[in-house]
Amino acid sequence: MDFTLRKEHEMARALFKEFAEKEVKPLAQEVDETEVFPRGTVDKMAKNGFLGIPVPKEYGGQGCDPLTYVMCVEELSKVCGTTGVIVSAHTSLCCDPIMTFGTEEQKQKYLVPLAKGEKLGAFGLTEPGAGTDAQGQQTKAVLDGKEYVLNGSKIFITNGKEADVYVVFAVTGMIEKRGRMMKEISAFIVEKGMPGFTFGTKEKKMGIRGSSTYELIFTDCRVPQENMLGKQGQGFKIAMHTLDGGRIGIAAQALGIAEGALERTIAYTKERKQFGRSIAAQQNTQFQLADMATKVQAAQLLVYKAAMAKASQKEYGFEAAQAKLYAAEVAMEVTTKAVQLHGGYGYTREYDVERMMRDAKITEIYEGTSEVQRMVISAALLK
Amino acid sequence: MKVVVCIKQVPDTKGGVKFNPDGTLDRAAMMTIMNPDDKAGLEAALRLKDQYGAEVTVLTMGLPKAEDVLREAIAMGADKGVLVTDRVLGGADTWATSQTLAGALRNMDYDLIITGRQAIDGDTAQVGPQISEHLDIPVISYAQSLKIEGDSVIVERQYDDRYHVLKAKMPCLITALAELNEPRYMTPGGIFDACKAEITVWGRADLKDVEDSNLGLKGSPTQIAKASDKVRKGAGEKVSLDPGESVDYIVGKLKEKHVI
Repeated sequence: MDFTLRKEHEMARALFKEFAEKEVKPLAQEVDETEVFPRGTVDKMAKNGFLGIPVPKEYGGQGCDPLTYVMCVEELSKVCGTTGVIVSAHTSLCCDPIMTFGTEEQKQKYLVPLAKGEKLGAFGLTEPGAGTDAQGQQTKAVLDGKEYVLNGSKIFITNGKEADVYVVFAVTGMIEKRGRMMKEISAFIVEKGMPGFTFGTKEKKMGIRGSSTYELIFTDCRVPQENMLGKQGQGFKIAMHTLDGGRIGIAAQALGIAEGALERTIAYTKERKQFGRSIAAQQNTQFQLADMATKVQAAQLLVYKAAMAKASQKEYGFEAAQAKLYAAEVAMEVTTKAVQLHGGYGYTREYDVERMMRDAKITEIYEGTSEVQRMVISAALLK
Repeated sequence: MKVVVCIKQVPDTKGGVKFNPDGTLDRAAMMTIMNPDDKAGLEAALRLKDQYGAEVTVLTMGLPKAEDVLREAIAMGADKGVLVTDRVLGGADTWATSQTLAGALRNMDYDLIITGRQAIDGDTAQVGPQISEHLDIPVISYAQSLKIEGDSVIVERQYDDRYHVLKAKMPCLITALAELNEPRYMTPGGIFDACKAEITVWGRADLKDVEDSNLGLKGSPTQIAKASDKVRKGAGEKVSLDPGESVDYIVGKLKEKHVI
């Protein structure tokens, strides 16, 4: 077993790091403060191929592996959690399901411009009454002639108003499963501008404040029949498969946030003097930093392992859940300790760790809460 | 149109500088980057590729690990990489370096050769113009802009307070300033391709029309008497005084140090 990165991964990391430092870091504080979506950064990422990293070249992507994509989200999130999740939601939640379940026509029409970064993607599953419980879906799609008519709404949608292409889930009927009537869920590719598709309110969030989180509203929204993604009734499977990949992206975001907070804390504790010496010279600081760094390293190994599993295995939900659970909890713990080690300054918005602690919290919640990850992991253990 | 860009892997001065006992740089022990002026030269060539479909080849002389800088250039969009590496070429000064690169270039097809103005490790600005002398082609140095017109290049050559607009018929050599452009990033897919790309490796035997006496440390007229890292100065002292008091303060300090 060899933990050495291949040459291309070392070079890719250097690229993402340079881009993050030069293009993303200078804007991170402003993006958080103003809650404005960083469109300029997204355009630059599109130009440099960051929006189609794991998509094959024949579909406009970069033809790289999931590990390269994970490193991109990780390095971006080291300096800006908002930018990290924009790439993650676009790639894992929109490009990936179209790449996996789309027809050739759908790939040409939607995946190619998404992977080239000409269009931005989003994913609509969560509803007011259906978060962790996907069966609680209320949004309906009824076939009328050659179009499905969608009615309902989706909430907490990342890239909400800024996206162009949305993978949206809706109930298309009822089916009997093990003697019980269950909702039949199907997936659709919906474009911004389709009649009857509008946006609700923008969420005011604790963290990742530049990420454009909106409600999507469908009022007799007419979607062409050929925009159904996968087969009718395959929606739940598509959603779960997509979230397995999405969790690796969010795990990478959480990892990056933790690494960013650790880097800043090491630098700060070396500079900050109390009682005549740097606080890094205090054993409490040293032990805290040692624990933080060890957990960050463990999180990185789990996240990279999940990325490797996605590249080589048909099923990788178990690895993805472990990576997401652990990286998110490490992100929360490390950023909280980072604020503590910064003292009063760490509680101010002048220091990055304050923002990082707020950004970290969401990684324990979205794309499956930590509790859901524990359900997935234990179900695999006990089956 | 064929463009050859000469690039150099240089120490990243942010990582500190280390020397061999003979005073030459210990390149193997330092973090490295693509020399900034060379990177601007490469970007200029890649824009000619975007605009006219030029074929861009990158050429470097160095240790085997200098292959990395060629792969970086390919990941940015260059088509081919040529590495000239041989023990007998080690310790070369600008004269021996330009002789080596000219020996390699005699084997290559080119309409335009672009080099950086100077490398941040030597800061001589001699290699580019020397190559043009060896190859007997025109040179325009310090290019702050570059465009193609028919079979000629039109270049703004920078001076301290002005620039000259010069035109040269190709084949010719241009030395590029870092200000020439903002170099592009590598792309993730470009990196994957670059890592698979075949790098042409040449040794002494592949150099054309070069005497042994002009190569390596033996062929280098430059002798390094002594080399050292920058000596760090103290933190200094900041004072806020009005102009009259400032003069007294400075004069007092200079007297204290026996400078005056």
